[in-house]
Amino acid sequence: MSTTTATAPAVQRTAVQKRTDPARARRRRRLGQWGFIAPAVVFMLLFFGYPLVRNVVMSFQDFSPSTFFDGKSPFNGADNWSKVFHDDLFGKALWHTIVFTIGSLIGQFGIGLALAAFFTKRFPLNGFLRSLILLPWLVPMVVSGIVWRRILDQDTGVLNSFAEVIGLGGHTPWLTSPGMALFSVIMVNIWIGIPFNMVILYGGLQEIPKELYEASSLDGASAWRTFRSITLPLLKPVITVVLVLGFMSTVKILDLILALTDGGPADSTQTLGTLTYQNSFVQLDFGAGAVVGNVLILISAVFAVFYLRANRSEGK
Amino acid sequence: MPRPRRGRRGRSTTAALTACSALVAGAALTGCGAGRDPGVFTVLNSSTDASYHGWDAATLKRCSAELGLTIEQQSVPAAQVMQKSLRMASSKSLPDVIQFDASEMPTFAEAGGLVDLRSLDLSTKDIPKGIVDFGSYKGTYYGAARTVNTLALFYNKDILKKAGLDVPTTWDEMRQSAKKLTRGSQYGIALSAGGAEDGVFQFAPFMWSNGGDETDLAGPKVAGALDYWKGLIKDRSLSRSTVNWTQADVNDQFMAGNAAMMINGPWQVETLNTKKNLHWGIAQIPVPNTGDASVGPLGGAVLTVPKTEDTGRQKTAAKIIRCMSSEREQITYARNSWMVPANEKAAATWRKEVPELDALADQVATARSRTAKVGARWSSVSLALQSAFQSALTGQSSEAALKKAQSRATSGN
Repeated sequence: MSTTTATAPAVQRTAVQKRTDPARARRRRRLGQWGFIAPAVVFMLLFFGYPLVRNVVMSFQDFSPSTFFDGKSPFNGADNWSKVFHDDLFGKALWHTIVFTIGSLIGQFGIGLALAAFFTKRFPLNGFLRSLILLPWLVPMVVSGIVWRRILDQDTGVLNSFAEVIGLGGHTPWLTSPGMALFSVIMVNIWIGIPFNMVILYGGLQEIPKELYEASSLDGASAWRTFRSITLPLLKPVITVVLVLGFMSTVKILDLILALTDGGPADSTQTLGTLTYQNSFVQLDFGAGAVVGNVLILISAVFAVFYLRANRSEGK
Repeated sequence: MPRPRRGRRGRSTTAALTACSALVAGAALTGCGAGRDPGVFTVLNSSTDASYHGWDAATLKRCSAELGLTIEQQSVPAAQVMQKSLRMASSKSLPDVIQFDASEMPTFAEAGGLVDLRSLDLSTKDIPKGIVDFGSYKGTYYGAARTVNTLALFYNKDILKKAGLDVPTTWDEMRQSAKKLTRGSQYGIALSAGGAEDGVFQFAPFMWSNGGDETDLAGPKVAGALDYWKGLIKDRSLSRSTVNWTQADVNDQFMAGNAAMMINGPWQVETLNTKKNLHWGIAQIPVPNTGDASVGPLGGAVLTVPKTEDTGRQKTAAKIIRCMSSEREQITYARNSWMVPANEKAAATWRKEVPELDALADQVATARSRTAKVGARWSSVSLALQSAFQSALTGQSSEAALKKAQSRATSGN
């Protein structure tokens, strides 16, 4: 069979070949297409599908240190789930995660957009300042966390010393008061997130044709009107991307909080991320950790669905 | 573009790609059943710090020569020893010796991962009972300590002398002295009430010396200890930042002259000594009333033999532990790390060498292990306690916070 096709000159078309070839060729073509998709599918199943399913299964199992030895992880129904949901810490962590995510996104996006708009103007040192603002992005998260922990120290921190010098109190318990710590952590995260937002939004702003602005100024549109009717609609795809990526990296926050407050004081900065970590790797209760992990995945999934729908309506 | 040719190319690419996918999947699914080299033994520890890694490397080199083996050192950060060991257990690639922090050892023992050291002919002769218990879980001796440590009161000699104060020995004295020593940017005392094991380790001596107990966090004695801490904050002798400090941060504060006294452990001595003009002294942690015993928490690591299939290797692993915890090695290690040798004879020799750490050696003699009573449940108790003292130090009442902690510690696994 293969010899016939191999030796058959391409141009030669007999009646028989005409009947059989299209069907066979279509089959082959389809196989070829699947062949190209297969590696991606295998990769997805192996590295995304399997862990996901495993995590869901694990949340219904009694998975403890001894499981690593005897391989036994008996199913325990909804025990892990009810245990996690009955712990007040879960409700607290969920609330903190929501506040943290929304607060961070508003701050990062707002300041990022303002800076991006600012840098579209021509002025001396524009490029230099723009690259300077990228700095927080270049510093590893843990390093930022440790440095900020020092800056925000109540007694010896630079921020309070500075506040004292300019006569603004100087004894703010940034990270040491349960009522204040979450706010401070959000502020630090905003600082970290500004460069990313600014760079992407700046890129998006550059893409908007200048003629449109010229036209709007000829029509006598106000700055606000120009922003609302030209900048915002044309920037929308970029905004969606920035917000979705920002959401994904914010909702799962762990490293920054571990470096800044370790979830404290008095659990006031515990998020779903730190709770998963605490359950799985401090208490070694992997079942409970998996439950919190699943909740985190569910939240991301819901958001992803919204994102896809928004994109679909855009494509139409 | 005739069809047959396209079809042909399609098939060959299909074949190639399928083979490739199969290869990827195969590689990922093949287990990691690496064979063990009979002459090479591994010790897993948390000596990632350059000096500790060096000291352990020297010890292992001497033991390698003595036993005629090759002993390799694998170091991972302290927080990862447990996770790494568990992963190695499930892939059947456990090292021959694991050095666990003593508070983690019960978890691994509870899971059935450790071998009784006595069954491997490791004797506990000359080791004080407290330290044998420290390395035991449910009565079985699983972990041999080389050195142990505990907490003590460190004080700045110059500052105390200038203020004309003696080293405090009771809670009242410490509170008064701390109050007097607080001026300007200098606090009377620094300690760690951080939201991790550090804070719990530091709270333990106050809780225990006051007669409190981790099995009953809601008891009045635990609340009394916590109220004492609250009092220090109320007097402003202790910075409110304490809830965000690790023990290393506390040491930084003390070295920077921001605190006249601190609660800390001997592992800080190496750092303290780098500042030549800092004259520090060390004393037992003050007790509620004169005559009470000062009970500190025993800290440190223990050497364990994980359960592998190969009993022959386990016997050799025990020999490695015997060499690593021999009197000679204990003294060497203690000299380097400023911790107290576990062996009584070694401790006596060491005491003569470093009389300035006498108070620490005394404190070790009465110190208690954190896991002796609650065993593998310690991590739950510890998490509940952290949350409780942080709540109390930032406003809540000690009783309410501890009552909640007790219910959390018992409802959890």
